[in-house]
This record gives sequence, C-alpha cells and structure tokens, in this order.
Amino acid sequence: MVTTFHYLLLGAALFTIGVIGVLTRRNIMIILMSIELMMNAVNINLIAFSNRLQQVTGQVFAIFVITVAAAEAAVGLGIVIAMFKNKETMNINEIDLMKW
Amino acid sequence: MNLATINIAAILPTLVLSVVGIVVMVAEPFVGEQKKSNLGWLAFAGTLAAMLSLVPMANNRGQWYSNLWIVDDYDVFLDFIFLLIAAITILTSMDFLRREELNHPEFYSLLLFATAGMLMMAASNELVMVFLGLEILSIATYVMAGFRRADLKSNESALKYFLLGSFSSAFFLYGIALIFGATGSTNLLAIADALRSSKIQISLVSLSAALILIALCFKVAVAPFHVWTPDVYEGAPTPVTGFMSVGPKAAGFAVLFRVFLTAFPSIEDRWGSAIWMVAALTMILGNVIAVVQPNIKRMLAYSSIAHAGYVAVAFAATSDRGVSAALFYLLAYSLMNLGAFAMVTIISRKEDKLVNVTDYAGLGSKRPGLAAVLSLFMLSLAGVPGTAGFAGKFFIFRAALESRLVWLAIIGVVTTVISFYYYLSVIVQMYMREPHDEFSDVRLCGSLKFALVISAAGTLYLGLLPTRVLDWTTTAALR
Repeated sequence: MVTTFHYLLLGAALFTIGVIGVLTRRNIMIILMSIELMMNAVNINLIAFSNRLQQVTGQVFAIFVITVAAAEAAVGLGIVIAMFKNKETMNINEIDLMKW
Repeated sequence: MNLATINIAAILPTLVLSVVGIVVMVAEPFVGEQKKSNLGWLAFAGTLAAMLSLVPMANNRGQWYSNLWIVDDYDVFLDFIFLLIAAITILTSMDFLRREELNHPEFYSLLLFATAGMLMMAASNELVMVFLGLEILSIATYVMAGFRRADLKSNESALKYFLLGSFSSAFFLYGIALIFGATGSTNLLAIADALRSSKIQISLVSLSAALILIALCFKVAVAPFHVWTPDVYEGAPTPVTGFMSVGPKAAGFAVLFRVFLTAFPSIEDRWGSAIWMVAALTMILGNVIAVVQPNIKRMLAYSSIAHAGYVAVAFAATSDRGVSAALFYLLAYSLMNLGAFAMVTIISRKEDKLVNVTDYAGLGSKRPGLAAVLSLFMLSLAGVPGTAGFAGKFFIFRAALESRLVWLAIIGVVTTVISFYYYLSVIVQMYMREPHDEFSDVRLCGSLKFALVISAAGTLYLGLLPTRVLDWTTTAALR
C-alpha cells in the first residue's frame, strides 16, 4: 500500500538528489536540471499533502510552481546563451572573472 | 464556494506598475531611436502615479481577494519605499543606458515588473502570494543583472544570481510545502492559529521555518548566505547594482518580518537565536571584508551586507519597536545607498572603467559639488550624527537594548566604528590625494541631478528631523 509517507519520502529523496547535483556537478545545464528536480520534488510533496488533507490548495500551488519554473528556465537558458556567445564554456569553474 | 470580492483600489499601485510596464514594452518598437529615453520618463511617471494611488489603497485597509492580499500601514509604508527606489533607479539609469549604448526601454519594463513583485511581497498574506511576488521580482532582476549582454562580467553576474536565486527559491518552496502539510494552510494567520493548538508536529514546523528562513536570508544577503553578493553586485550594471542592493533586500526583509512575526511567533524560541547568530555574523563579516576592497562597487556590496546585518538586529529584537526601527532604517538605507550608487554611476566610464576607490583621488578639488554630495552619502552610510544613517542605527540599537540584546548592540557599535575606515577612505581620496584625472568628461544631466537631489535631501531630512517619519513607522509596525 502506497501511503502519503512514501510520497514524502520520494519527494525528500528527489530534493536531496537535486541539492547534491547543484553542489557537485560542474556543467551549467546539469545544474539547471538539478534545480528543476528540486522544484518538482516540492510538487510531489504538495500534491501528496493536498491528497491527504483533502484540500485543493496544494494542487493549485503546484500549478503555480510549474508555471514559475517554466518562466525561470526560459530566463536561465537565455542567460546561459548570452554568456556562451562571449565565452564558449559550459563549465561553471571556468566562469571565474570575479573572486574576492 | 463564493467568488472573491473584487477591489481594484486595494491593488491599484501594483496594477498601475504592471500596466505601465506593459505599455513601455509594447511601445518600444514604435518609438524612434532618439526618443527612447522618453519611455524612461513614461516609466518614471508610472512610479509617480503608483505613489499617488497609494492614497486610495490606504483607504481600503483589510484583507482582500479571499484573504490573499492584505492592506495595512506596514504595507503602505513599504510600498512607498519600493516606489521611491524604483523612481530613483529610473532617473539614475536613463543617462547610464545612453552612455553604454544599451538604450533598450525593456529595461524600464523589467524594473517596473520587479517593483510590482516587491509590492506583491509586502502585501501578501499568504505564502503562495509571497512566492509569486518573490519570483516576479527575482526573474526581472536576473535579466537586469545581465543587461550588458556583450560583457562577460555582466553575464557572469546574471548567471551567479540566477543559479543561487533559483536554488534558494527551491528551499523556500520546500519550506512552504512542509508548513502546508503540517498545518493544512498557507495563509499566515491560519498558520499562526494552527501553531497555537497543541496537536502539531513541531519538528516539521521547525524544519519548514528553517527552510523559509534560509531562503529569505539568501535573498536579503546576510551571512552565511552572502557569498554571491559581491560578485553579482560587481558585474551588474551600476544602476542595477544600486537597485539590487536596496530593493530585493527591503522586500526580503518585508517578507521576513511579515512571515515570522505573523505566522511563527509561537515558536520564537526556536528561531530567535538563529537570527541572533545571523545578525552578529553579518555585521562582523560585512564590515571587516569591506575594509580590504579596492573596487568601490565591491566595497559597497560588502557594506550592503553589513547594513542587512543591522536590520537583522532589529529583527532579532522581535518587538514592535524593532519593526519600526527596521522600517525607518530601510528607508534611510535605500536613500543613502541609491545616492552613493548614483555617484558611482556618474564617475564611472563606459564598460565599468574608473570604479576603484583610488580613481576618486582629487575629486574634491576638481568637482567640489559632486565630492560634497558623495561625502554626505558616505558619512550617512557610516552613521555620522545629523545624517539618516545615524538616526536609523540609533533607533535599531535602542530597540535591541530594550529587548535585552546587549551583546548584539555592542557588536553593532564596534562594527560601525570599523565601517568608518572604509567609508572615510573614499573621502580621504577625494580631498587629500592629488588628482590623476581631470574629471572633465563627467557629465551631469538633469535626471541624474534629480536623483541626487532626492536622495541627498531625504538623507538630510531623515537625519535632522526623523520624528515625523518615525511616527509613521511606529503606526506601521503595530499592524
């Protein structure tokens, strides 16, 4: 029997994978994908809670999150393309003009 | 289920900003190359109209749109700060965009949308609304940070801001999801009610409060979540840096106060000490690292971290006095910091030349007027009596002492003394070093003059006659 707890576990696992991906991977595209993974982990949580509490708020919120994530991805890809035109690299370690 | 009552007046400023933003964007292709700065004036008029429409908004206090939207004194005061920030930023950027050959009026649209996002954040009574406002603000600001598309530094700044911003947004969302699961609501007042009852999983609530706190600390750039700030501020176009150092910061604090003092007061014992640590660390790190920065934009970035630390002291006080002091400080800080960045915009040349502190050598003998105004902003940022910075710091430390945060007040005073070193070094450069530049191509056009006059007058007014504004913030803090 799949309970709410299992969904929350799945959400937590995906979120952790996303966090580890952002922190350890060096390719900008993979970092972007990891951030998307974190957002979608939150969506799983929201819908699981929504189902358990029998409230529609969580589902509506999940739709908002999807919309915002799409807008964010569009802007993010635009920034990456603008940068790629000036410096052909996808490695985050090579983007180091400014350091303290 | 009944539909929400529509109340246009309650959302009028946000509406005005969004409409003007769209008009500017749509009108852009139809306007000739020479007349593009007229759209900047249109955007400026939009912020003024939004400021006027605060009056009908203030007459519609209460909760609107199924309790999503709240209008109170706190909201009105913050909206006033945000619109002032937007107006001054537009005035500063008009000449800058022309000089950098970046005269794309989308810039003004983005700025207006970002401001609309900030107004939403201040007025939201619901975590979903907070999230939407935050994202409207952030997405527009990511683009503005990378507005000098051909410049690699600007690209890098936008990329760093984007990656860390969306990373922290994900934490914020996770926190909201957990609090929704624990209390069954995303409404701040409903959360507060639910937390007062006993059958709540307190560990889940604490975890979600921690996640929300971390995400907002990223947005307002307090230590230890400040690492992105100097790089992003250095690479972004100077007027945008000015905007980012005050706008998103003020909006982030607006949300921090609203969420934690409305929804989570009953678990204050769990987050109070975290704020204490954050405030102390931020003041120390920001002020100490600013001392060794040769680039003035980077120096002001660390100084903005330090100032966030002072506002965090007011937050740690968790009293009405603290909120009132923080609101006053946000207004004072916005005026003096925008003024300082307007001066940096004036002195710097195309593609971010002349942004080192040593480039200001001899400004006092060549351009005494400009040097005097910049000195005023530096003294105010340092907190010299008679300026807005002093009044703001005084109210914050008084609130801290009243809440028995003696150590935090002591750290605040000591780090303020440290901060004198790097603010005064700019003044030393201007008046006591030989000029190696004639500053002959420093042009001061009408809009920049206007921006300087507003910020300088505001800085002096808040410093010399703070009582009237303080009365306003006191009523705003009572909520």
